[in-house]
Amino acid sequence: MKAGVAVFLLLSAILIAGCNGAQSALNAEGAAAVQLKHLIIAIVIVCSAVWALVMIVLILALLRSRTQRERPSSESERRMGKLVAAAVAATVLIIAGLTIASFYATRGLGAAQDAGITIKVRGQQWWWQFIYDDADPAKSFQTANEMHIPVDVDIRIELESIDVIHSFWVPSLAGKRDLIPGRQNTISIRADRPGVYRGQCAEFCGLQHSHMALFVIAENMPDYQRWAASQRGISVAPSDPEAIAGKALFMRKPCAACHTIRGTDASGTTGPDLTHVGSRKTIAAGLLDNTRGSLAAWIADPQTLKPGNNMPMVLLSSDELRQLSAYMESLR
Amino acid sequence: MTKDTKSAVPTDLMFDDDELERRLAQTWMTGAGVWGALTTVDHKIIGRRYITTAFVFLAMGGLLALAMRLQLAQPEARFIGPDRYNQIFTMHGANMMFLFAVPVMEAMAVYLVPLMVGTRNIAFPRLNAFSYWIFLAGGLLLWTSFALDTAPDVGWFAYVPLSGPQYGVGKRADLWAQMITFTEVSALAVAVELVVTVFKQRAPGMSLDRIPLFVWSMVVTAFLVIMAMPAIMLASSSLILDRLVETQFFNPAEGGDVLLWQHLFWFFGHPEVYIIFLPAVGMVSTIIATFSRRPVFGYLPLVMALIATGILAFGLWVHHMFVVGLPRLGESFFTASSMAIAIPAGVQIFCWLATLWGGQPVFKTPILFVLGFIVTFVIGGLTGVMVASVPFDTQVHDTYFVVAHFHYVLVGGAVFPLLGAIYYWFPKMTGRMMSETLGRWSFGLIFAGFNLTFFPMHILGLEGMPRRIYTYQPEMPWAGMNMFVSLSAAILALGFLVFFIDVIRSARSGPIAGDNPWGASTLEWAMPSPPPCFNFRRIPVVGDRDPLWTQPDELAVATGLRTDRRELIVSSVVEAQPEANESSPRNSIWPLWAALATTVTLIWSIFSPWAVVWGSIPIGITLTGWFWPKQTPEDES
Repeated sequence: MKAGVAVFLLLSAILIAGCNGAQSALNAEGAAAVQLKHLIIAIVIVCSAVWALVMIVLILALLRSRTQRERPSSESERRMGKLVAAAVAATVLIIAGLTIASFYATRGLGAAQDAGITIKVRGQQWWWQFIYDDADPAKSFQTANEMHIPVDVDIRIELESIDVIHSFWVPSLAGKRDLIPGRQNTISIRADRPGVYRGQCAEFCGLQHSHMALFVIAENMPDYQRWAASQRGISVAPSDPEAIAGKALFMRKPCAACHTIRGTDASGTTGPDLTHVGSRKTIAAGLLDNTRGSLAAWIADPQTLKPGNNMPMVLLSSDELRQLSAYMESLR
Repeated sequence: MTKDTKSAVPTDLMFDDDELERRLAQTWMTGAGVWGALTTVDHKIIGRRYITTAFVFLAMGGLLALAMRLQLAQPEARFIGPDRYNQIFTMHGANMMFLFAVPVMEAMAVYLVPLMVGTRNIAFPRLNAFSYWIFLAGGLLLWTSFALDTAPDVGWFAYVPLSGPQYGVGKRADLWAQMITFTEVSALAVAVELVVTVFKQRAPGMSLDRIPLFVWSMVVTAFLVIMAMPAIMLASSSLILDRLVETQFFNPAEGGDVLLWQHLFWFFGHPEVYIIFLPAVGMVSTIIATFSRRPVFGYLPLVMALIATGILAFGLWVHHMFVVGLPRLGESFFTASSMAIAIPAGVQIFCWLATLWGGQPVFKTPILFVLGFIVTFVIGGLTGVMVASVPFDTQVHDTYFVVAHFHYVLVGGAVFPLLGAIYYWFPKMTGRMMSETLGRWSFGLIFAGFNLTFFPMHILGLEGMPRRIYTYQPEMPWAGMNMFVSLSAAILALGFLVFFIDVIRSARSGPIAGDNPWGASTLEWAMPSPPPCFNFRRIPVVGDRDPLWTQPDELAVATGLRTDRRELIVSSVVEAQPEANESSPRNSIWPLWAALATTVTLIWSIFSPWAVVWGSIPIGITLTGWFWPKQTPEDES
């Protein structure tokens, strides 16, 4: 039992020292997440105190009963009854307090009604589709696995799933919310500081649940607007001969059946929109950094890198592979 | 005439002790050899078999856990691929819940409850035999499918649509759903037996307020089983129908609802936790009383807490669904009810502390496990309060925080008491003591290994590690702690290994135990260890809660039971006044045949809906054999 106390204290110390992980609820950078972090810390402290109290009583009970020799009298039993009743009353009070604190925290966490920006998130096996709709269809665009948002703006996220249940979770910005087929859920996020925040699907969604990460890139408004403008644009035709060959290959091979590249004939919708794939930080839902090498590796053999995903292996020569990856890289 | 009848009806009044025992043994014995083993309806033999099988499943589920920890020890490990990993965590969860935790608790009750309430066999002994066979069949089905690489891979919770016809591959989800049916049938059968045994077969004088606490806990548990299990049966049957005959219960495109599954599943799934935990509460109360050398403090509050927990258990399933986007008011209600369950848990903990405080504890292995239980279960309960808070839960739901939480509740709250209970009742079951030295080693290793394995998972969860992932990338800050956790899991496994070695060794060559080695107060210790096939030579009469402490020399007995056939006393529900002598079924092979017929039907029905039609024929035949009346000459006269 002493070992248990020591372990508990040691690990609590690690916990309190703070964990600045890339994807940590304790590394809060958005209003909602900060509020949640405060609540978490408060509840953990209260509960640790309760545990410590119970342990002290347990230790005292064991020490005491080793020395005492007289049988319990009805008087001592009555006294004990009162103590137990008091402990139960204290439990009720603590529970009520935590419940009220929880209700209070919940009130501040609703989806933003008059949000500045609305982004539609569609969970798919196993990647994220982000749709930036605009009243003017020409201004609408979409991206995959990487979402840009401006800082200090409430973002309304509309969540839907076209296959199984997923869960949208970027712990540094807010709690999670499920994407459920046949229902639409909303959540709001807000980043207080520019930064790259990692998120990950939290609801088991099949074979590649582990590799369904996303990044939220929060930037200052001008940067965000520059990014959105560039994403709105259609793809720029490549100038490099290798990439030109890659484009022709893309249209000829089955790629175009699943992927869209706006500004070309490719208009498949089952895979991610690749119009600006070259501008993304990672590919394959956070699996690999987006470099020409990893693009080539992914195209060459997606099933070994991420077994079971929906991208088939297409047989290509090494020249063809170079051309395709050059084209992908050029789509900025 | 009267003279003839008298001589034709030998009762326990007519014989001295030795002759009586000889005659009772003849009437109640289990046949020899394999045939005897297949036909027995002795609750002790079935109970031991049930407990042993459940522990085998525990060991196998533990090996799966070790395989997962091996895979997760390092980032991007390639030890187990995603497909096999998903099968493994599904198997681990389903196996531990459905093939270990619930069955082992019911099995302990099958063995102990008839002894503790002072009767000669459980109610419906043939149903009891049937329930074991059907449980074994369900377990074999699941493990066979794993060996064939076609085990369920959709999680033990099998959420639709992932487990539905469109996304669930092959027959894997059907196997999951049908395994549920097997274990449900067996759990429901035992629950009904327990309720009837406790309410109608208690020893004369064992009024409701004298029932041992373990028996109380099993009564409440049995009611939970009876009320919760139909919900999951409804869910799993609907799932099979969706997959087999294209009903659309869970398909939103055709007006079905994905969340319907979660409501049905958790309406069962949450009470399930208490189905596992409440028996442990009973074990803890029993062990604490015995080793504190005094009656447990607060009998009435403890019974009330059991009942309150049982009722509240049905009001908080939605706390598994706080992130699916339910109405705020609903979430608030379920937060409040989830938090409220901490109150009866507090009552129990405080009563146990008071018992220790006022007692003179003797530190043998069973109570060490109980002390370990208090340390860990309180952590599990407090993290339960945390996840009951909606905002807290939105950050930790489906992360390793929850993995840590429920292992603290289930292992801390149920397995620690269970291991204590095995050390405690092993002498009764086998007639031999387990080793105190190995007991301390296994407790120390399990306690340390458990906490070192699961406590860091709270932190991993807060650091953003989701559950059910088969790997993670090296840039995530989880690698060090995962390695630590995996190494600690080895310590935990070593502890269990010591436990199993102790069990096997002691069963063969442990020191002889005697009737009541711990000086306990309840009726099961009022007979030789292991108990004879007829349990009690004469049925005891109970005058208070701790009969062996208040009447240490010789218990008062009730007489008049026949010795030439299996007779036991049926008593009134509240006061346990004797009402009638009732005969108890003899050994029979038909429960086994019925279980086989049911097994074939259930497995076949994964593949064809016609199985239900054709399968009813062999089931009907076997049930007819089972219930065929066997009249004795006296019955006719």
